[in-house]
Amino acid sequence: MTYPISPGIYSTEHDIFRETFRRFLQTEAEPYLEEWNEKHEIPRDFYRKAGAAGVLGVDIPEEYGGPGGDFLHRLVIAEELGYSPAGASIGSSFIGDNISHILYHNANEEQRRKWLPKMVTGEVRFAFAITEPDSGSDVAGMRSTAIRDGDEFVINGAKTFIGNANTADVVIFACKTKPELGGKGVSCIIVEMDRPGVSRGRKLRKMGMSAADTGEISMENVRVPVSNLMGEEGKGMNIMLGGVNSDRIVWPLIAHGAATRAFDETVTFVKNRKAFGQTIFDFQNTQFKLAEIKTELAVGRAFLDDVIRDYQANGKLDMLKCAMCKMWVPEMEGRVIDQCVQLHGGAGYMDEYHVSRLYTGARLHRIFAGTAEIMRLIVARSI
Amino acid sequence: MPYQTTPGLYNTEHEIFRETFRRFLLEEVEPHLEEWTENHGIPKEFWKKAGAAGVLGVDIPEEYGGPGGDFLFRLVIAEELGYSPAGATVGPAFIGDGVGEILHRCGTKEQCARWLPGMVKGEYRGALAITEPDSGSDVSATRTTAVRDGDEYVINGSKTYISNSVDADFFMVGCKTDPSKGSKGISVIIVEGDTPGFRRGRRLKKMGCNASMTGEIFFENVRVPVSNLMGEEGGGMKIMMGGVNMDRIMWPIIGHAAGTRAFEETVDFVKNRKAFGQTIFDFQNTQFKLAEIKTELAVGRAFIDTVIRNYKENGKLDMQLCAMAKLWGCEMEGRVIDQCVQLHGGAGYMDEYNVSKFYTAARLHRIFAGTSEIMRLLIARTI
Repeated sequence: MTYPISPGIYSTEHDIFRETFRRFLQTEAEPYLEEWNEKHEIPRDFYRKAGAAGVLGVDIPEEYGGPGGDFLHRLVIAEELGYSPAGASIGSSFIGDNISHILYHNANEEQRRKWLPKMVTGEVRFAFAITEPDSGSDVAGMRSTAIRDGDEFVINGAKTFIGNANTADVVIFACKTKPELGGKGVSCIIVEMDRPGVSRGRKLRKMGMSAADTGEISMENVRVPVSNLMGEEGKGMNIMLGGVNSDRIVWPLIAHGAATRAFDETVTFVKNRKAFGQTIFDFQNTQFKLAEIKTELAVGRAFLDDVIRDYQANGKLDMLKCAMCKMWVPEMEGRVIDQCVQLHGGAGYMDEYHVSRLYTGARLHRIFAGTAEIMRLIVARSI
Repeated sequence: MPYQTTPGLYNTEHEIFRETFRRFLLEEVEPHLEEWTENHGIPKEFWKKAGAAGVLGVDIPEEYGGPGGDFLFRLVIAEELGYSPAGATVGPAFIGDGVGEILHRCGTKEQCARWLPGMVKGEYRGALAITEPDSGSDVSATRTTAVRDGDEYVINGSKTYISNSVDADFFMVGCKTDPSKGSKGISVIIVEGDTPGFRRGRRLKKMGCNASMTGEIFFENVRVPVSNLMGEEGGGMKIMMGGVNMDRIMWPIIGHAAGTRAFEETVDFVKNRKAFGQTIFDFQNTQFKLAEIKTELAVGRAFIDTVIRNYKENGKLDMQLCAMAKLWGCEMEGRVIDQCVQLHGGAGYMDEYNVSKFYTAARLHRIFAGTSEIMRLLIARTI
């Protein structure tokens, strides 16, 4: 069983890469998921292996050490990661690799040369710190500040729910360089985690995605040279929103991959499991539920294809379509995987069956990269 | 605001025809809807106007008096009819014109020559008679029989829920020519409306689509020549099922267009209607519901486009995709229009607002041309 690929979207190169990435997950991630989930972390070595396998920074050009693929390579990663049980355990950590995409598009030449080659090899891990204890979706409400002092910024503030907070070597820290300007005073600053005043807080326990590390980062009078500013001062919101659209197609793809896997696993389960003298599949209720799930998956995939084709035609992602996608597909995923757990009965609640972890993994998808409510706000603005 | 068509599906000819059909609905149908609804019928001369306007038998070849268009012209009709309030009133009657396509595909040259030119002109109306008091979706349980007697068939039985039963000039009747063979003993035989022993029963009152006449017909020793047999003896299921896939893309399209119209009327309504010192639109609940509806419509259209593109590539409709479209498209329409009625408040329950009629019409879409349950059965067979 593999994730069914939509015809006409990907090239042969993408398909070859898909094989590579699928094999990489099967040999280097899937056998270790239980162990990593127990430890609530992914060993450092895994990312070096990922770099060696050529699955990091896939759209970074060759001059910065990347393989020079395109954005669709990232979509292939999303589909395969979602379909693999790895997605529900390490997904949010692995997708953190998309920071290289953001860095490439926003950083200056010196920053690109300094960081991108090491991101591609897996030597250096980045985190992107936006959310604060008192500001989530409302990014303009952030309190962290970076005040200029000669050739340096002095950074203060606390961030939470940060992917890879405990293992990152470098963080892109969103903070206000001009607090009086609100959202227009937000900038993104690259901060090496070994600078004095940087501290990592707790490793946060989550209902799912246990292996993906999530935590807190705080800064107390951290001094960085002004050359660490990424992009223009005051343009931090643009940088974040630029990355946000790509998240809003990547995560629905992961969600669709995960729901498809849950469906495939459930079909196998109900066809083997017997009750009341027949298989669970023989009950009409099971068949009807599965027919609904198969239909929802087909409908969702048609919409994803529509968004991707629109991207291919226009060379950029449509904000409204991405918002619709991010709202609808993870909600569909939630409905689907919930039913898949139900059709598994007690087994569905046990972590040894993939649907259990896919279920808790899915719950995150309606929340991060823009909650379903923020997506509704964006879509409503177009009405 | 006209129905937004998907770029790349239709050619200029289709778009010119769309304009013609849209104008025809605006001028010849919409002004009369109230009256026809009150009378529970559409006057016979209406069909002659439709014929003169060139909107009947759009895919019938020139040799039989038609314009020789393709199947996509019927899809244009479905989109425009669904979007117009006419769809919720005369929809099933108008779509009954599709029996011409079945006659052309399955009838003999003589049968085509006898009926098709008149159908294209609106002089003759045909009806397909399948459902019986004791057999709906389970067509193989048909009890109406046609027993051969020399050069004639003698038909006995009754049919119900037959569209256009009241004013059709001829009927394509599903009946058993060999009751011992179950569904393989079913044939389709043409019966003219003035044949002795043929009788029309009650005109049935419905919750919606009131102007579309629906009723019963009875056969008591009705004698027709064996030349009235369509296709082969015993080949009736194939004839009926051939038309069914077509219905299963037409009705989701009508459903999508009706959902779209209901959405647009609702947006207009809530932006004008005031309550508690602001417009209904200003309430976040309204905006979020509308965002959900807009998204469901976008997702649904992407799937319909997938089915149509698949048809264009393969030259035939895919049964599974059509079943999924019929299931999901019409259930989505139901959810959407239900919310549109709710956002209209009391006004939504009044027939002077279109959403009231869209609501009762939509309820039919989940039932006929194959119930949602039959669609689930068909899809489940592929799992």
